[in-house]
Amino acid sequence: MTILVIAEHDHRHLKSATRHVLSAAHAVGGDVHILVAGHSCSPAAEAARTLPGVTQVLLADHVSLTADGAENLGHLVLRLAPSYTHILSASSAVGKSFMPRVAALLDVAQISDIVRVDATDTFTRPIYAGALWATVHTQDPIKVVTVRVTAFEACAETGGHAALTPIPEVAESGLSTRQSIALSVSTRPELEGARVVVSGGRGLGSAERYKELLEPLADKLQAALGASRAAVDLGYVPNDYQVGQTGKIVAPDLYIAVGISGAIQHLAGMKSARVIVAINSDPEAAIFTVADYGLVADLNSAVPELTAAL
Amino acid sequence: MKILVPVKRVLDYNIKARAKADGLGVELAGLKMAMNPFDEIALEEALRLKERGAATEVIAVSCGAIACQDTLRTALALGADRAILVSTECELQPLAVAKLLRVLVNREEAGLVICGKQAIDDDAGQTGQILAALLGWSQATFASQVTLEANHATVTREIDGGLETIVVQMPAVITTDLRLNEPRYATLPNIMKAKKKPLETVTPDALNVDIAPRLMLIKVVEPPARVAGIRVATVAELVDKLKNEARVI
Repeated sequence: MTILVIAEHDHRHLKSATRHVLSAAHAVGGDVHILVAGHSCSPAAEAARTLPGVTQVLLADHVSLTADGAENLGHLVLRLAPSYTHILSASSAVGKSFMPRVAALLDVAQISDIVRVDATDTFTRPIYAGALWATVHTQDPIKVVTVRVTAFEACAETGGHAALTPIPEVAESGLSTRQSIALSVSTRPELEGARVVVSGGRGLGSAERYKELLEPLADKLQAALGASRAAVDLGYVPNDYQVGQTGKIVAPDLYIAVGISGAIQHLAGMKSARVIVAINSDPEAAIFTVADYGLVADLNSAVPELTAAL
Repeated sequence: MKILVPVKRVLDYNIKARAKADGLGVELAGLKMAMNPFDEIALEEALRLKERGAATEVIAVSCGAIACQDTLRTALALGADRAILVSTECELQPLAVAKLLRVLVNREEAGLVICGKQAIDDDAGQTGQILAALLGWSQATFASQVTLEANHATVTREIDGGLETIVVQMPAVITTDLRLNEPRYATLPNIMKAKKKPLETVTPDALNVDIAPRLMLIKVVEPPARVAGIRVATVAELVDKLKNEARVI
């Protein structure tokens, strides 16, 4: 068995997601190669070479891969695919976009968002917003799999000495070009990898209250900020704050849910957290059914009090 | 230009899904079904494009059991011009659905497919991208804004950490994210009118598509449940528990 892991990176740095996917690859077992596909991305490839249990890093450095376009990336991975039994990527915006294209052109089933490797051909994945887990078996010769990053521990950053193999030619499909990209600039940890997440919902009442109450708390805890879908829809915060079935899936050590009622779609995104704290004025709120520590209180006084006590 | 919008009949999002007693599937018998919410957004976007004069016809397609007709009637009541049911009692997986859609896209000479980014039952999130690849088309996933021009579309996408705007060549497949639009409701007169709109039924055999499932379901279970913890009475007690019991701060 030989597994190809597609690295997540911003061209200069490897993202931690890569190390989580690598753990999933190790759970499958076999020889592991990593593809770093991008433009001017050799620093990321160098970082990939030191990852444990990787024998080869394939470096595809080409201007056509600058924008992570699914058409070009999919075509590249498709070309490499015949040498592999498994192709694994993070279930990120990039992975979710190009991996189905790879599977389609290999005429195999793609397996989305796995949370467990049961065997080399059998995987478990959440369905119905995580209300159920389905274990599926495939007989396809190449398994094209996206991995839920929070379900696998990150492997170490160092310990390996992989060979570097450049991939010379990369095709440009001409189908898609990036016009602009606007990434939220924040000094806070990334939501998906954060140790602590402070998350707010409708109960906060306004964008101003979200900021006034949650930012100082997040500052104290060096936490990432998140939100329920309701808070995003009401315009309290940008959409990339959303935690839940259709937003980010997080599994921090500590998740503090403030003014979040706990719709199943939200719980789907955070119920793997190690410790959940819920602060809500409604004692019947569903969030309390998953919270380790529930505080029924007016968040307007409880949150500043908590911030001050830390 | 014709726009094709695939719509899936799924368990209503308000209902908690449960595994069948034998663990070999999801219990759906007697439960309320509805159009996949992301497909409602896809349909709405197609209808708005038509209303703005950017499209001539909106065709809704559903693949599955005969009851998917209900979902198609809903699509017609919302404003789709006509509907196609690919009728089968077999289990359909994303690859099979995409192959069925490919045949219909070609037959109808559609110039754009708009579909939901994922269905809320299997949460696979694959069909649009598979279809784009099979057709050799460009794709724009997770769209939060769409502008059509003669031979290209400008699409703003929700990506990890922000937004990206891409320009894709037409024809294209666009998959919709939550905030693309607010879908309309069907009015009673339109529900009545929908009954007279054309709804064609075809079979996978007639489309010459192999729909055999590739993934075999071994079991469906409820994941390890979280048990509710305790209620704390004060902030001070909460801080104490976090420090001394959970040891997370």
